Amino acid sequence: MTPADLIVVGAGPAGAAAALAASEAGLQVVLLDEAFAPGGQIYRAPPQPLSVAPTARGADDAAGDALRAAVAASAVVWTGGARVWSISGAFRVDAVTAAGSESFTAPRLVAATGAHERLVPFPGWTTPGVIGLAAATILLKSQGMVPGRRTVVAGCGPLLAAVAAKIVAGGGEVAAVVDLAGPGDWLKALPRMASRPDLLRQGLGWALKLGAARVPVLFRHMVTGVSGGETCETVTVAPVDAEGRLTGGRSRMFDVDALAIGHGLVPGCEIPKLLRAAHRFAPEAGGWTPVRDAFGRCSVAGLYAVGDGAAVAGAEPARLSGCLAGLAAAQDAGRLPADVFAREAGAARAALDKALVFAGAINRLMRARPAMVEAIAAETVICRCEDVRRGEIEAAIAAGAREINQLKHFTRCGMGPCQGRMCGETAATLLARHVGSREAAGYWTGRPPLRPVPLADLLGQFDYADIPVPTPAPL
Amino acid sequence: MTALRMKDTFRRGDAVTLTVEGRCVMAHRGETLAAALLAAGMARLRHSPRDFSPRGAYCFMGVCQECVVRVDGVLRQSCQVPVEDGLVVELKGSL
Ligand SMILES: Cc1cc2nc3c(=O)[nH]c(=O)nc-3n(C[C@H](O)[C@H](O)[C@H](O)COP(=O)(O)OP(=O)(O)OC[C@H]3O[C@@H](n4cnc5c(N)ncnc54)[C@H](O)[C@@H]3O)c2cc1C
Ligand code: FES
Repeated sequence: MTPADLIVVGAGPAGAAAALAASEAGLQVVLLDEAFAPGGQIYRAPPQPLSVAPTARGADDAAGDALRAAVAASAVVWTGGARVWSISGAFRVDAVTAAGSESFTAPRLVAATGAHERLVPFPGWTTPGVIGLAAATILLKSQGMVPGRRTVVAGCGPLLAAVAAKIVAGGGEVAAVVDLAGPGDWLKALPRMASRPDLLRQGLGWALKLGAARVPVLFRHMVTGVSGGETCETVTVAPVDAEGRLTGGRSRMFDVDALAIGHGLVPGCEIPKLLRAAHRFAPEAGGWTPVRDAFGRCSVAGLYAVGDGAAVAGAEPARLSGCLAGLAAAQDAGRLPADVFAREAGAARAALDKALVFAGAINRLMRARPAMVEAIAAETVICRCEDVRRGEIEAAIAAGAREINQLKHFTRCGMGPCQGRMCGETAATLLARHVGSREAAGYWTGRPPLRPVPLADLLGQFDYADIPVPTPAPL
Repeated sequence: MTALRMKDTFRRGDAVTLTVEGRCVMAHRGETLAAALLAAGMARLRHSPRDFSPRGAYCFMGVCQECVVRVDGVLRQSCQVPVEDGLVVELKGSL
């Protein structure tokens, strides 16, 4: 058991900034991540010995290296390859590491576990070859692979252009970019996006690359189905209105072997939920978000939640919110004089408020469109782990399920190994139609394990012969 | 679905050989098992337990569990397993 002043779970821009700020203020900090190097989703480094060729390195690679160098040069105790599966008390953190099972304790805990992807189910979405849009960035950035020979890139938000441009640059073919938003939606977002000229320029660069490669961009369209048996063969798309309702316009088909699709990001606030912190439903933040003060303090004493794991806003807000929580933890531990805290936290908070202008515009493009969920067919699978269809969910609601955990017990939806991360948003949106609101529908009760861990890793390697058996007492 | 290894923009580790369903599959150190299987054209990794419908890697970040396979006899998330020379992989995982 390793005691510290502060444990940070998640080493993306949010967690790394929290750890560094607290460590600089004098706290002894343990930083845990299941990845082998800090960086999180945006700055995920390829695992050694895979590496980006020097000529191909971009701004994100440099920013990621700077983050990793800052952690390495600090007093932060970095523990990579540590998958946190349980947190109890205030606070004992259990993780599976290369060394087996390890526990860490500290009176303060920063949850910085990042977001996961929202995907509204459609016929064929479970077919191999259909992957997440954010998931595609992992293949492209940290594995140096293009997902398929020919790919449709679909969904919403800036990752569309980012993924499509990286596929083209990597030598793959993009059959089409299929965007839920229309040119008007992007135009409306422009003034707020102009608050970050660097990111706007990056986005325009992607658009130009797609234009030069003559990739068709279908605005206000969505994927209505994937066909193919063992793997994706054909993707069908059709026009929609601003809310994602089919307009009845002409549909089109693309013969492709891969579909990268995502409908936005949802905060992965499993740790605050597990520790029973208060939450509120905030569509503008991606979904349920822990109730926090301006510095990231949750309703549970000693717990802080930061980054996209608390409220989806992107990398720079994640970094600033992490920095604020690190300062707050140091202040709460009595290590940071009030005037220093006020000065440093004040500056970070002002920068965060500024960065949230850009994030707000992006979040609007990536917002959930409940009309798409309403239109899901009765026979479409909602819960991939347990193969629970929409019809079964509606039947359970008709039979009296009034809250999401009840729905889970009626149908097994959300009971499988992904613990409801893939189906939770859809199931809750379906239930909310009947019980009045997402608040009334509630959220899955947080339970360990946070991430599944093989039993063998918890028990360690042993043989029967190694189990000590006391010699029987003489008769 | 067959993933393409980018040629000029990435430097790859040494070649390793895996045995997948009795077949030899080449990969490079630094790759995850899920990515290496995709590059070998193996998109279908398992079947869902209730409907027996084909499934493959979906999130690549350890969340969805769709990429579970047997590695040297043990169920593992292939997107979280680095390839190593001599791994024996069976595509019949289920949690
Ligand atoms: C798959 C994915 C890809 C994305 N790609 C991009 C991109 O290319 N460009 C972009 O601008 N934005 C991208 N984003 C958006 C991203 O959320 C933000 O850019 C930014 O990375 C958020 O920072 P963060 O520190 O809040 O979380 P993250 O960067 O997501 O970091 C969270 C970290 O927590 C770790 N973690 C989570 N749970 C556990 C656990 N139980 N035990 C141990 N460690 C754990 C994860 O391994 C991860 O490293 C992506 C998001 C996702 C989900
Ligand atoms: S692809 Fe989702 S857990 Fe591996």
